[in-house]
Order: sequence, then C-alpha cells, then structure tokens
Amino acid sequence: MNFERIREKLNILADAAKYDVSCASSGSNRSNKNKGLGNSTSMGICHSYTEDGRCISLLKILLTNHCIYDCAYCVTRKSNDVKRAAFKIQEVVDLTINFYRRNYIEGLFLSSGIFKNPDYTMERLIAVAKKLREEENFNGYIHLKSIPGASDELMYEAGLYADRLSVNIEVPTVSGLKLLAPDKKHEDFTNPMLKVKNELIRYKNEHKVIKSTPKYAPAGQSTQMIVGATNETDKDVMYSATYYYKEYHMKRVYYSGYVPVAEDHRLPSIGSQVPMLRENRLYQTDWLLRFYGFAVNEILNDNHPNLDVDIDPKLSWALRNLHLFPVNINKAEKRMLARIPGFGMLSVEKIIKARKFRKLNWDHLKKIGVALNRAKYFIVCDSRQWEKRDLEAERIKGLILQNSNGKFRSQYSNQLQLFN
Amino acid sequence: MNPSKILIYDGSFNGFLTSVFVAFEEKINVVDIQPNHQQQSGLFSETETIFTHVSKAKRVWNGVRNKSHSAISNIYFTFLSETEGVELLLFRYIQKLMLSKHQKHSDFSDETVLRISQLARSVGREKHRMEAFVRFQLTKDNIYFANIEPDFNVLPLISKHFRNRYADQQWLIYDVKRKYGIFYDLERVELVSLNLSEIHYNKIRKSDAFRTEEYDYQTLWNDYFKSTGIKSRINRKLHTQHVPKRYWKYLSEKKETA
Repeated sequence: MNFERIREKLNILADAAKYDVSCASSGSNRSNKNKGLGNSTSMGICHSYTEDGRCISLLKILLTNHCIYDCAYCVTRKSNDVKRAAFKIQEVVDLTINFYRRNYIEGLFLSSGIFKNPDYTMERLIAVAKKLREEENFNGYIHLKSIPGASDELMYEAGLYADRLSVNIEVPTVSGLKLLAPDKKHEDFTNPMLKVKNELIRYKNEHKVIKSTPKYAPAGQSTQMIVGATNETDKDVMYSATYYYKEYHMKRVYYSGYVPVAEDHRLPSIGSQVPMLRENRLYQTDWLLRFYGFAVNEILNDNHPNLDVDIDPKLSWALRNLHLFPVNINKAEKRMLARIPGFGMLSVEKIIKARKFRKLNWDHLKKIGVALNRAKYFIVCDSRQWEKRDLEAERIKGLILQNSNGKFRSQYSNQLQLFN
Repeated sequence: MNPSKILIYDGSFNGFLTSVFVAFEEKINVVDIQPNHQQQSGLFSETETIFTHVSKAKRVWNGVRNKSHSAISNIYFTFLSETEGVELLLFRYIQKLMLSKHQKHSDFSDETVLRISQLARSVGREKHRMEAFVRFQLTKDNIYFANIEPDFNVLPLISKHFRNRYADQQWLIYDVKRKYGIFYDLERVELVSLNLSEIHYNKIRKSDAFRTEEYDYQTLWNDYFKSTGIKSRINRKLHTQHVPKRYWKYLSEKKETA
C-alpha cells in the first residue's frame, strides 16, 4: 500500500463527501455468515462524532470527484477549481476492511462524481460492494449512492449488495432544480427511486413464499434535500418530504442546511450563515410526522408556510389549537398525549403504563422526565393546582420563553428585539 | 419478629442472587446487602456471610424472569452499575415484583421502579458507548487489542456483540479500571485477568507491541475524522456531549486534544 498516496486521496475524497449528511447505519438485518467479518444490526452505532456534532458511523467517501455535471450547489461540479482524485476499487475495499476490523466504522458509504456516464459510474460503485461481500465475506453496512440516471438493471444489482440505496433530490422544488442543476432532469432522480421501491415490494412478497430470496437493500432507501439554497418555504420542503415518504417509501429524508461552497449569483454568498436552526426545526417537524401522528397540513399550511423560529413546531401547533387543551393526562388517549408540548414518546409510554397503577400528579410527571415548563399550560393531572388563568396564546408563549433557555436563543434574540 | 441482618456476599452477581434467595427463605429483615470488599457493620444489626450457590441464584433468576423478562435484564444491568447501595435497592425491587400480581416493573410512578429503570438505562447507554468507542490496535502476534475504562462494569454485556461481529479475528478487550479483559480465540470468549502495567493509549505514545502499519491506519483514520467535519457548522458543545471528554484518551482521533 502506498501510504502517502492513499492518504492524499482519502483527504480529497472524504472532504468532498462530507456534505452528504446521512450517516445512518441502522435498520438493516445482516448477520455474520460462516464466521466471516461483521454484521449489521437494526440499531446503528456512531463510532465517533465530528466537531460539528454529526455522527460518524460509516467511512463516507467518493470513489472519485471527477464529474461531468455542473450543479451550482455542489462542491465537485466540473467548473469548480479543486484537486481531483480517484480511488481504485481495491483501495476502497482495503480501507473499509482495515477500518472495520479496528472498530472505527460500521461500514462503507460510497458515493461518486459522475465520470463518463451514469451507468459506468454506477457499475464501479457496485463492483466495490460486490467485492466486499463476495471476496472479503463482509457483512457490515454498505450504503451506495444511486447515480441519477442509472439504469434499472444496475439498480437491481446494487440492491443485492447494499443495505441502503439513496438518491439525493437536493433541491426540493422542480423550478429550483432547473435553476441550479440545468443538466439534470427531475426524472433522473425519481426513476432510480421508483425502481428501488418496486424491488423492495417485490422482495417483500417473494420472501413470504421463498425464504431464500436474496436480500434486497434491507435498510431501504433515503434521500436528502438542501434547504436555504433557493428561496423555498418550509412548507415546500415538508410537503415535498411527505411526498417522498409516501410515494417512494423512504426510510428517511434528510435536510441539509446549505453550506456555501462557491460564489454564484444564484446562491447565498460564501460566508453566509448555515441555516442550522431552520434545519433543526425541519427535523423536529419530520419527527412529529413520523412518530407523533401529526399530518403535515396541521403544522404547515397556506396560513403558516414557515415554521416559527423561536418555538418548536409542536408548541406552535398547540398555541394555534388552544381549544383542544387542557388535556387530562390520566384519561387522555395516547394520540392526544403525544400532542402535548414537552411530552416525548418515551414519556408518553411511561405515563400510559404508570397510570394503570395510580393517578399521576406533578411530582410523578417531573420524575418521569416531562418538560413541565412547557407542558404545564396544557395539562391537568391529579392535583388541584393547575393553570386556571385563561391565558392568550401570545401570553403563554411569552411565559415559556421567559422561563427557558433554548440552545439557539442567541441566534434570534436580536431579531426579536427589532420587532418589539 | 424476624431477625434484622446485614448480608455479606462475595461481590458476584450470583452471590447477590443467592443473598436474595436466603433472605426470602429465612424471612430475614434485610438491613443491607454488601459486597465483602466494602462492608460496614451496622450498630444494631448482626451480619451474615452468604456463600454463593449457583442453584439458589438460578431459582431467583428464573422466578423474576417468569414475572417479566425486562425486569430481569433491568436487574442485571443495574447490578453492573456498581452504584453504592444498589443491592438493597434491587432487593426492594425484587420484593415488590414478587408481591405484586400486576406488571409491577412498568409502574413508573413507583420511585424504586423508576430509579431501577433509569439506572439500567445508564448502564445500557454505557454498553452502547463501549460498542462504539472500542478502538482495536493490531499487535505483532495478530491480536486486535483495545483498552477501555468504562464507568460501569459493562464487559460482560458487550462480549456477545463483539463475538458476533469479529468472528474471524482474535481480539482482546481490557478494562483498565477493573483489571480484567475478555479474549476471543476464534472459538469462544473467555474472561482473562491480567495486570497490564502499561496502558496502551493510541498513537501519541507508541508501543513496539503493535505492528508498524497500525499507526498508518490510525493516521488515516485521524485524517478522515478531520476532513469529514464541516468548519462552518462547528458545534463543540454538541460534540463533547456525544463524545464525553473522559473517553478521549483512548480515541486516536481525539488523543491529540486530550
């Protein structure tokens, strides 16, 4: 192994791959075969965290950063003057195996710039995965990027070796895509997704009859959207995310605050702040949709096209729907408990179990771990003390903000002063 | 009235379960249960030393398991937390479980139950962290070696994970604080007690026990760690929340800062 050469390549190609936020290694079910190497379980493991606080679970690299496309938001676009490099297939395999054996990673996340054409690139990605599975008897996690425009046959083959497949939609609106990535068509993204979805359905049906049906992408597919690159609203982003969850059975949609990588009149300039708070609110909304039983139009609609910056989306929803509160936590059904601001799903489960034994009061709730500073305006429990004043939504919001510290508070406190 | 007693056991989990068995069988009014290496005698109670019986321990284990599977795993996890006074807490917990006809382990409005479930959770968290933060270094005799220093005694909990994962390589994970390790010889995992005088941190203080290419891979990993972070999003607070400082000295990518 030529150490210095590999080192240089790794630096270039890991640096170029970092804008993919997904690093999940969960949701798969590949067990160790014939005393081979590795397994991947349904619970992922983060082996380290970057200094920006994101999980490092996979060796996330590009096969190459040569690219024939010129998408404005992308750091490896062909008009950008950066160092280019390419890994050999064997080099990626060796790196993965050696990192894995030292327990640095859960597996490989392989993406690539597009060289020659989409199919040629996709074939190379598949070759890496195939070599890992068949020659190294590697059962760890493999996440392959589907190259936009890759053929159906290749997408089928990719799923046989990979645990997860993903195409990044990147720009949530079709008009935005036209503006920023004129070489790519919307269908180039959606066709591979559709193929993967259909294969997943086929696998599920065949597996019921023939247990030995070869696994197809057991951890499903995911996608990513850049937010803050074009002037899309939160509603655009979340409606489009809901569409992908529903239409293509996505396991996850990731939201990535746009990090300016180039001077371009179509995009925010270099040095503008990454919209991390907005990203955080979008993820909160995503969770409300997937785990808390909210429908997207309850949180975002024509009257509220954007999420509140200063309070979380659930609290914001509750303040608009005060007629549904207060909720009696000793009687309410699970669906309603999940909608109380300050209640997480784990607390909800605990409350439902605990209230079979006795009526719960403030003390119990506090010990269980509910965020009472937000919840107390919305609930009654086994106590004569509860919020009896008929407070206006604005007043409740003010009280909550007064008595809490948000981690992003410093970012928007100036804004508030401007309006007051 | 039943005699009040402090029970002294040998510090092992089976020993603890045996004490529970004896306490139930002899209807002892338990004042405390203490491991023999840190016993304190009470002023008004006598002590009784318990000899570990696997068969008695097993009866308690099965008895609790018949009540609830999650309760027995909570008990084992909580025991491994090595928190002071945990034995008495566990004893009260088992008493409550056995007295109740209902699913007592899910009564989160009961302080003992809630406390046990929280302790078990912290141990579970530490187990998960160790599965993540173990860093193997390849020795010259082809053993992947790692030192760890977990807050709780989690080695017994992580051995299955590593056995399932690294089935084709020999490995040894050594707990620096508790001075024992688990070793996999390609067939089975064994407990080994060792007294390693030297702690093998990563990279900064090199040791000739390891292969030379070992340090190359550590360099590559450190480079990867650096280049995968995004400067304009830096968030040190979140970073240390996820990777608490006490683990840094064993992580080659953090070693330079530790």
